[in-house]
Amino acid sequence: MDELAINVEKTQYIKIRLSDEFFGIDIKYVDNIVRMQHITRVPQAPSYVKGVINLRGEVIPVFSLRLKMGLEEVEETKSFRIIILKIDGESVGIIVDEVREVANLAPDEIEKVNHKNAEGVQNFLSGIGKTESSLISLLDINEIFSEKTV
Amino acid sequence: MDVSQYLDIFIDETKEHLQNLNDQILSLEQDGENMDTINEIFRAAHSLKGMAGTMGYKRMQNLTHDMENVFSEVRNGTIKVDPDMIDLLFKCLDALEEYLSTIQETADEGTNENEPLIKGLNNILDSKGSAGGAKEEKKEEAKEEAKEEAKAEGGKEAKWHSITLDESAKSVLDDARSKGFKTYGITVYIQEACLLKAARAFLVFKALEELGEVIVSVPSAQDIEDEKFENDFSVIFLSEHKLDDIVKAIKEVSEIEDAVAAEFADGELAAQTEDKEEEVQEEAKTEEKKEEKPGTLPSTDVAKTAPAKAAPSSNAPEKKAAAKPVVNRTVRVDIEKLDSLMNLVSELIISKNSLVSVAGSVVGSSNIAFNEQIEYLESVTTNLHESVMKVRMVPIENTVNKFPRMIRDLSKKLNKKMELYMTGEDTELDRTVVDEIGDPLMHLLRNSADHGLESAEVRAERGKPEVGSIFLDAYQDGNSVVIEVRDDGNGIDVENVKRSAVEKGKITQEQADVMTDKEVINLLFQPSFSTAKVVSDVSGRGVGLDVVKSKIEALSGEIEVKTVLGEGSTFTIRLPLTLAIIQALMVVVGGEKYAISLGTIQTIESINPSDIKKVQGNDVINLRGAVIPLVRLNEVLDIATTEDSDKDMIVLIAKKGDKLAGLVVDELIGQMEIVIKPMGKYAGNCKFISGATILGDGEVALILDANALI
Repeated sequence: MDELAINVEKTQYIKIRLSDEFFGIDIKYVDNIVRMQHITRVPQAPSYVKGVINLRGEVIPVFSLRLKMGLEEVEETKSFRIIILKIDGESVGIIVDEVREVANLAPDEIEKVNHKNAEGVQNFLSGIGKTESSLISLLDINEIFSEKTV
Repeated sequence: MDVSQYLDIFIDETKEHLQNLNDQILSLEQDGENMDTINEIFRAAHSLKGMAGTMGYKRMQNLTHDMENVFSEVRNGTIKVDPDMIDLLFKCLDALEEYLSTIQETADEGTNENEPLIKGLNNILDSKGSAGGAKEEKKEEAKEEAKEEAKAEGGKEAKWHSITLDESAKSVLDDARSKGFKTYGITVYIQEACLLKAARAFLVFKALEELGEVIVSVPSAQDIEDEKFENDFSVIFLSEHKLDDIVKAIKEVSEIEDAVAAEFADGELAAQTEDKEEEVQEEAKTEEKKEEKPGTLPSTDVAKTAPAKAAPSSNAPEKKAAAKPVVNRTVRVDIEKLDSLMNLVSELIISKNSLVSVAGSVVGSSNIAFNEQIEYLESVTTNLHESVMKVRMVPIENTVNKFPRMIRDLSKKLNKKMELYMTGEDTELDRTVVDEIGDPLMHLLRNSADHGLESAEVRAERGKPEVGSIFLDAYQDGNSVVIEVRDDGNGIDVENVKRSAVEKGKITQEQADVMTDKEVINLLFQPSFSTAKVVSDVSGRGVGLDVVKSKIEALSGEIEVKTVLGEGSTFTIRLPLTLAIIQALMVVVGGEKYAISLGTIQTIESINPSDIKKVQGNDVINLRGAVIPLVRLNEVLDIATTEDSDKDMIVLIAKKGDKLAGLVVDELIGQMEIVIKPMGKYAGNCKFISGATILGDGEVALILDANALI
């Protein structure tokens, strides 16, 4: 019983990689993960909007997570994936370097970060998750796609 | 009894009745003596009352009851129509609309008793000829009685006797009887005032099916469901239960007047057929009586029905045919179902497009039969799309027919005399567009009434007729629908607008000095811009034209203004017929594919670079006498062109209103039917891109909005 109760409290995160850093995306936002495909450029869009793709008949905008978080763009590799997120019913894709695994994090394994006055990547984090193998920076999806930053 | 399943029907029909009342009372205001109008009002009020009662909305019923009483007096000539009364009636309609919207939201009518209105109605009744009123009541009663009598004579007949059974039904009966079931014939009479006859009948059937099995029904179950029957229906019924129990079960359904039932045995079946002819005649007679009864409602009295009753029965079938309203073969469909149907059609067109592209790309695919089938498929999907589109089209009537009432109210409020003339109410548009277009049109009409039309004195000075005119004209023009709102008022005072814009800091004086009239007028469409000197509650709150514009643009439409100072202004709205699927021209710019709505393209020209002239620093071409500015799409779209600069250019001549522009593209692919897909709010905010579409190969192409480029 006890073990079950703990499991329920754990949150699942999709662990992704940008360069050599790991990030976690709360699985409740994740709708789908697809391979890279042809992206149609949208003129006059912000640089981090790479364009739009066709996902099963829907047209979905795709962001470069790197550019969105102020990181440098790198050459596309085979491990690149597009993670389709659903935020308030609206679909949007983000490009990541690699998708690793699903990480289960209990509340006591997450250290909250205060991102007020933070800079760069720190702006978009909701906390740091500690697993046995590594540290995962947990992305604040709502912050990334909030009105003021999009 | 649970009426919630009829709530939608109730709401729809109540809306229709209210609209009808609004229209009729408006014409009553013009002509207070018109008997047709008065009768129509009476009927609508009566139906409303009945429906509200059936659904258990007592307050609504009370109010309509008193309104009906007033109309009844008007009809009898004991009360004359006067402006106060019209005002009160309109207030009543507003109150009813309020009830309806509360019902729509909460399925409950709320607690507002609207006592002042009811009191007002009763005052009208009391003040004018109370004696006459009493007399009327008596007359009314007498009529009621006469009706009752008529019913008693012919109504309670066991019509099930006239049912003929076919062989299979007979064998079912014989079979059942041998198993100990009893066979009953039942004729159920529904109250004449009942408005949801089919619903009542359905409940009766439900009750019956719990007790046994319905073998035959006259009229057929389908006709009953479609409400194609008078006030009665008959069934042959199998059951183990006793006759009394069955009759009791039927009578438990509300608004059932009577149920005539009896058990019958084998022998009667044969006798039935022989009697049949006689029965039919009998039936025709009663039918005829029933037909006459509604006739007594308006103004004929009992004496008049008597000769009709005595009319030879051979006449009856004809009369019946004539009196029956033409059966409206329509179904009400949830708009969501149509939306999903439209989506499926879109999917089909996309997959058709990919089939076409696959067929084209397979090398050496000269299979004629295959290509023929593809072509056939193309024509089927195009037709399918057109049909679904037509299903979604509704006349703008439902939206615009509330305007005459609005103008009337405005006329009183603003103390200006004005008249609204509408044409083309039957122009059809996609349902979603019609739903959305109401508000912008209302804004424009209010605008015309408030800002446009001058006061009576000024009009007299200018030698215009005292009554101002506002026109609302709608018509289809090619692939779009045009709605014009026109008035013969003051027009837009450009200088005034300039001054106001400068005062508000929107533009500088220097800018104002060089602006063209058209540019100045476009200022009106900017947010929070109102030139009304006095802020009224009609318009002039600074929200208006900008909202109108954004709403219309959200519907992929456009709006233009023409105005002549002192003579009036015209707002022209142009809307696409359909939103989802368009014919587009596919082009390539800098290696990227784009779609441009074919509707905006006039011609495609090949232009030599040496023909390009410079006017005020801009590239223009002279095409058959017209000077047309060039728009190089690769520059607009931030991409390098793949064409040499000295080669002939492909130029699409696009038209927006009376303006032309030449769009320079690299390559033409061809015409294609495309499905417009929204891009979502995260895809940036490029104003030249109106959406995206999925091509046959699964790639996404963006749709260029030529209107935004001109």
